[in-house]
Amino acid sequence: MIEVEKVITKNWGRPGSNTLDGYRSTGGYRALEKALAQAPAQVTEEVKRSNLRGRGGAGFPTGMKWGFVPKDNPKPVYLAVNADESEPGTFKDRYILENDPHLLLEGIAITCYALNCHQAYIYSRGEFKGPSATLDRAIAEAYAAGIFGKQLMGKPFALDVYQVRGAGAYICGEETALLESLEGKKGWPRLKPPFPAVVGLFGAPTVVNNVETLANVPAILDRGAAWYAGLGTEKSGGTRLICLSGSVNRPGVYECSMKTTLKELIFEPTLGGGMPPGRQVKAVIPGGSSAPVLSADELDVAMEFEALKAKNTMAGSGGVIVMDDATCLVRSLWRVARFYAEESCGQCTPCREGTPWQTRILRKIEEGRGEAGDLELLLHVASTIAPFPPIGLGNTICALGDAAALPVHSFVSKFKLEFQSHIAQRKCPFGDAPWGHFGGFA
Amino acid sequence: MAVLLFSAEQQQKFDSGLVEILSHYPADRKSAAMLPALRLLQSLKGWLPPAGLEQVAERLGTTREKAYEVATFYVMFFTRQPGKYVLDVCTNLSCSLRGAEKVLAALEQKLGLKAGSANDRFTLRETECLASCGTGPCLQVNEDHHESLTPAKLDALVATFT
Ligand SMILES: Cc1cc2nc3c(=O)[nH]c(=O)nc-3n(C[C@H](O)[C@H](O)[C@H](O)COP(=O)(O)O)c2cc1C
Ligand code: FES
Repeated sequence: MIEVEKVITKNWGRPGSNTLDGYRSTGGYRALEKALAQAPAQVTEEVKRSNLRGRGGAGFPTGMKWGFVPKDNPKPVYLAVNADESEPGTFKDRYILENDPHLLLEGIAITCYALNCHQAYIYSRGEFKGPSATLDRAIAEAYAAGIFGKQLMGKPFALDVYQVRGAGAYICGEETALLESLEGKKGWPRLKPPFPAVVGLFGAPTVVNNVETLANVPAILDRGAAWYAGLGTEKSGGTRLICLSGSVNRPGVYECSMKTTLKELIFEPTLGGGMPPGRQVKAVIPGGSSAPVLSADELDVAMEFEALKAKNTMAGSGGVIVMDDATCLVRSLWRVARFYAEESCGQCTPCREGTPWQTRILRKIEEGRGEAGDLELLLHVASTIAPFPPIGLGNTICALGDAAALPVHSFVSKFKLEFQSHIAQRKCPFGDAPWGHFGGFA
Repeated sequence: MAVLLFSAEQQQKFDSGLVEILSHYPADRKSAAMLPALRLLQSLKGWLPPAGLEQVAERLGTTREKAYEVATFYVMFFTRQPGKYVLDVCTNLSCSLRGAEKVLAALEQKLGLKAGSANDRFTLRETECLASCGTGPCLQVNEDHHESLTPAKLDALVATFT
């Protein structure tokens, strides 16, 4: 396994890691000072050279995104920090907020300086009561210490950083729905283009970045783009937070090299620590529940954007969910499908109508009422929302449609026999207890 | 006489809270503060009563219809008074793999309530992923998370309900 220097988690577990004093004692806000000594465009250049890519799901190059903000625009520029973290299987941003909120705040300060932005909104999911309180305390500390406010660390550059808490809607993690919600509306995504970097919040240029993405920015300014790029692969700099959950001995958040494979993640004693006694891997979702599933013989793959793309899946949000050989995949897919039906915002017909259809067909198969033709119908409905492969052919305004269809396509094509046997036997072969057979409630 | 929405003390909290919230928005974009304003209202009243929604709409210079549209879109906003304890059990995949359905069944039995229903004391719901997948199964009570649940932990928690 490849050991990598910790960039994001280096302070986790240290006493006071979520306070300003604790953060400063390990060199915190030094990177901001270095940034302020440069021209804003130089800071953006540095981030471009670092090969930092977005950690929110799409892996878009961060410096390039910043570069899309028009140079001669008369409107204000906004930064919207995506802390909505609602993709099933994903729980890393929450740990950043809880363990090292100033790392995010320093990243925000540097980013705002680079973008000539004087107002940042952090949109955090409504269910983050504890993490939000920790973040608000850290923001207050930064104001009291003169880091934010009328001046930016003593430099004449006004910066207001404000946390807005969501109220329970997965769709608001999608960047344009997030902007609608920040404008005080229901979360209905906008058609793109125009992209937010050109027309975003209040019609003004807006950069939307994920929490983990911005938490990488201080290290890039402190240690240099070359160092940061060198930690990763050719096209993807730095490290990654991986959220491991499901059927595995040591679930949790791990900071990994971009070269660490799924197999290493699951079996290394310092990472996942292997499978529960007597169990074997059957299937793994590699990047949040929207990412196409992989079978047990596909795990020798690095958990990185390009490598997973080559396998027709995606690194997504870093949420890895492991399913073992005693787990019913029809039931698993049914539950995943229900999530998207529940969270579809209702704006586009294929998604609004298709997601409940997927759910109903899967339920029918799992409950032993499946018939010949059901799988074809299921795949037809999924294709109407978004054909596959490749990823990204969706017939909807935003990618929630793709996210809903991809699991269906991939589970059914890779585990067809399991679906067929449910229909042939007219029951779930796993019986009444197809999951929940390990962990504290087993 | 109409029942007042707020006590004098609540009204003062609402007014000053709103001033703070609005200080973070452009002066001509008051209606953007809808989510924080509704959260403030709900923190004072426990839910979003119609008179409160009207007051929020008026203060933000928008319509009652817009306020309702937002209030009904997000699951954490209550346009009807919920039970004293709102119990949200995550039954998404990672938690279900770790026994969330058993947590839900145990709660249904202990509280004598079906998932998706409510009485004066309890609102019991299935909910979507709470970003506690590594520490599942997870139950949210009002806004507090209870993670890595075991039957013993759940018993102890239920015993604290008054
Ligand atoms: C349905 C849907 C939900 C999303 N949820 C999140 C989320 O919770 N957090 C997040 O950072 N990005 C989420 N995204 C991705 C955002 O649209 C956007 O790409 C991201 O915030 C950009 O930041 P990054 O470039 O730093 O990754 C979601 C996208 C879709 C289509
Ligand atoms: S699946 Fe339950 S918290 Fe994520």
